[in-house]
Amino acid sequence: MLAISLKRMEESMEVLLKVENLKKHFPTNLNLFGRPRERIRAVDGVQFELYRGETLGLVGESGCGKSTTGRLILRLIDPTDGQIWFKRQNITNLSRIMMRPLRSSMQIIFQDPYSSLNPRMTLQEIIGEGLRLQGHLTAQEKKERILDMMAKVGLRPEHYNRNPHEFSGGQRQRIAIARAIINHPEFVVADEPLSALDVSVQAQVVNLLFKLKEEFHLSYLFISHDLSVVEYISDRIAVMYLGTIVEMAPRDQLFDSPRHPYTVALLSAAPIPQVQKKSQRIILKGDIPSPLRPPAGCRFHTRCLKVMEVCSQKEPKWKELGDGHFVACHLY
Amino acid sequence: MVWRRLLRNRIGVIGALFILANFLVAIFAPWIATHDPLKIDIQNQGAPPSSSFLFGADEYGRDIFSRVIFGSRISLYISIFSVLFALGGGVIFGAMAGYYRGWMENLIMRFMDAIMSFPAILLAIGILAVLGPNLYNVVLALGVVYLPRFARIVHGSVLSLREKEFVEASVAMGNSDWIIISRHILPNCTAPLIVQTTASLAYAILAESALSFLGLGAPPPAPSWGNILSDARNFMMDNAWMTVFPGVAITLAVLGFNLFGDALRDALDPRMK
Amino acid sequence: MISPSPVLSIQNLKTFFYTREGVAKAVNGVSFSISKGEILGVVGESGCGKSMTAFSILRLVPAPGKIVSGQVLFDQQDLLTLSWSRMRQIRGDRISMIFQEPMISLNPAFSIGYQLTEALCVHRKISRLEARQRAIEMLGMVEIPNPEKRINDYPHQLSGGMRQRAMIAEALLLNPDVLLADEPTTALDVTIQAQVLDILYRLTQEMRTAILLITHNLGIVAESAARVVVMYAGKVVEEGPVKDIFEAPAHPYTQGLLKSVPMPGQSRGRDRQDLYEMKGIVPSLFQLPPGCAFHPRCPYAKDSCFQEEPVGSTISPGHSVLCWLYP
Repeated sequence: MLAISLKRMEESMEVLLKVENLKKHFPTNLNLFGRPRERIRAVDGVQFELYRGETLGLVGESGCGKSTTGRLILRLIDPTDGQIWFKRQNITNLSRIMMRPLRSSMQIIFQDPYSSLNPRMTLQEIIGEGLRLQGHLTAQEKKERILDMMAKVGLRPEHYNRNPHEFSGGQRQRIAIARAIINHPEFVVADEPLSALDVSVQAQVVNLLFKLKEEFHLSYLFISHDLSVVEYISDRIAVMYLGTIVEMAPRDQLFDSPRHPYTVALLSAAPIPQVQKKSQRIILKGDIPSPLRPPAGCRFHTRCLKVMEVCSQKEPKWKELGDGHFVACHLY
Repeated sequence: MVWRRLLRNRIGVIGALFILANFLVAIFAPWIATHDPLKIDIQNQGAPPSSSFLFGADEYGRDIFSRVIFGSRISLYISIFSVLFALGGGVIFGAMAGYYRGWMENLIMRFMDAIMSFPAILLAIGILAVLGPNLYNVVLALGVVYLPRFARIVHGSVLSLREKEFVEASVAMGNSDWIIISRHILPNCTAPLIVQTTASLAYAILAESALSFLGLGAPPPAPSWGNILSDARNFMMDNAWMTVFPGVAITLAVLGFNLFGDALRDALDPRMK
Repeated sequence: MISPSPVLSIQNLKTFFYTREGVAKAVNGVSFSISKGEILGVVGESGCGKSMTAFSILRLVPAPGKIVSGQVLFDQQDLLTLSWSRMRQIRGDRISMIFQEPMISLNPAFSIGYQLTEALCVHRKISRLEARQRAIEMLGMVEIPNPEKRINDYPHQLSGGMRQRAMIAEALLLNPDVLLADEPTTALDVTIQAQVLDILYRLTQEMRTAILLITHNLGIVAESAARVVVMYAGKVVEEGPVKDIFEAPAHPYTQGLLKSVPMPGQSRGRDRQDLYEMKGIVPSLFQLPPGCAFHPRCPYAKDSCFQEEPVGSTISPGHSVLCWLYP
């Protein structure tokens, strides 16, 4: 796939998913009456659109809320505030029963291949679970679909009745992918699918994800903290910090000309497997603040090298700098 | 894999054999017993063990050997069904409490705590006093006494399992709660449940004997190990052997369940994950 | 390959695990050395034996593992022959270790101040007060803000990055000759990782500590290490200066590993190409393939690779490889 400019995307592709002012606060530290004394602001105002056929990378460090965002979109968790549209339908407040028919169109692949598969089930049961809700298939048809999917993800047919613990991490991830894709969803959230895998296995799984994307016309929300993989796999990338997106741009733009000081620091901090002179790396001071008490104004101001007075007072607005490049920063 | 580990544990195998012997005796009781356990024969009152009365006769002249053999039926019946009741109820309540949480969890688990705060025997006595002492009520009473233990185990397991990603994946598939609980969560709770089951079976046999001592166990003249023991109590001075045989039967059964249960627990150890 | 004035030298180390399923040859003839003030990167994927090598150095191999043969030469002694009490004196004092999860070496029940001063008092005969002073200094050197206050904190009150820094402080407090760092930043965020590596680098430069940096992250190795050891299935398959390893890797496994990692800018402006996939997976340590353990996955495998284990050969000064491709 050629690197596509945003203009072409807007013209030729539809908006599959739209998220507006999405928030999720977890109540914590309950007092005697069960009222929360504090709130963990895991996701605190996220907005973006995801186009059909693209891979949107979502990067950030721990506590930034990227995993929570993925789960919110799939309505595995209920949002505290904000709106979610999937294929032009507002799914923010749909009940579980009403969500059911949509479920086969939106699936998720988890990070840990060891806890994301039921140890007591066989491959057939795990992968075929999605088919159960498609009641109209005969047992034979189901078996064929499962075997077909197994072949597509690189699992051998004789593994049909094995249990997950007999497989390696990479193979388990393949099982998880097969499970997610069996119903040909349109949208898949991949929540750190490579983090628990060895380097050489990561390459295999990434190639598989690409292959399946092309074959089944999938759109991915690829959540990861690994910048090199995100750069390789994504069309556009959104950078999150402490519950908000600080910058979003097409891949090449983000890496060539990052605007937000956090993005700059993040890119600078990521180690590159190339031997080069020790370049001036930006080392951020301090730790990532807790989502319990995010800093006032711009959340990043406590660690920002370009901090100004206004940064501790007002939250910066989400602005478009042109050609699909968005930033939330007082510098702009 | 679990079978292999089980078989390797010699002590556990012995325990399993005891249990098996127990079942076989209970099933084939009519063929093993030498006399009718209910037949009264005053002439042979208090007869010591002999070739015709293998374990001797009790104060009504009934053959103790036959009574012990048939007693195994009652003891097994009571222990199995009371544990089944406790298991079934415990799974239902524990799963609901653990999965839905909130007020339901509080209500159910506090109720379980309340039941557990009574000493087991006292609670059983209390229930039997209200309902009347017959065989079915004994099963019910013991079932109620053991239910909270099972509920707790299931509750704890469900709490940790519901956070697992494969449960999230099932939710993402659009499965209903019922499917998630029955297909994903409960099958993964089996290990601690199995162990608790074998332990409870052993306790139930002991509890029945204790209740019989108090006259609240299986109603006479039906023989249960507990009431044979209880009757023999009065004759311990002169005919001590009358207490030995039912006592040994109880010991072997309880030992069997405990040994096998321990072996099972070891074999199901998380090592295998 | 002996580097000039090695402070620690491992010769043909073998550590096997004897289990019911068979013998796992976790460390299968590993040799390398590390010099004063040098950062030696040990890379490999899971199961290659890199962590177990570090544990073997300190003789902390858990059962059912046993160090079967080899030598660990440190300060003109073979550590494997020392008495247990002598070994205890060396641990923490002359050779110390930091781990991936700081909670393993930091006891959650005690304040970090207590743990640091305890280490000092055990190995040096100084007063608690003086030990506490030194501990505060060290915490400051690892850039923990307000060390006088934070020294009283418990591990759970610190963030992941701070815990790791506290662990570094504890490890370096006694000015050891060698620091074994087992995946020290794997559990940390990228920006925190940069901080921690920076601190580690600066401190060890000042204190001339040799660091054995064990990791699966090639980027960290490329940036921090002076020399690299590549391990696969319990053996060292390649060893050399970092530039040589990354720019002219000799062993097919090293080559494959480097090709599997997406490089920045790799996929720009042209059709995406598949990432290089090494076929097959890492072999089970219970059933190592005969001959060269890598041969089932090697694109250049020849007959000799199936039959005999390769012997080491030197390609250029300091750069050696274990492969039949090289005479």
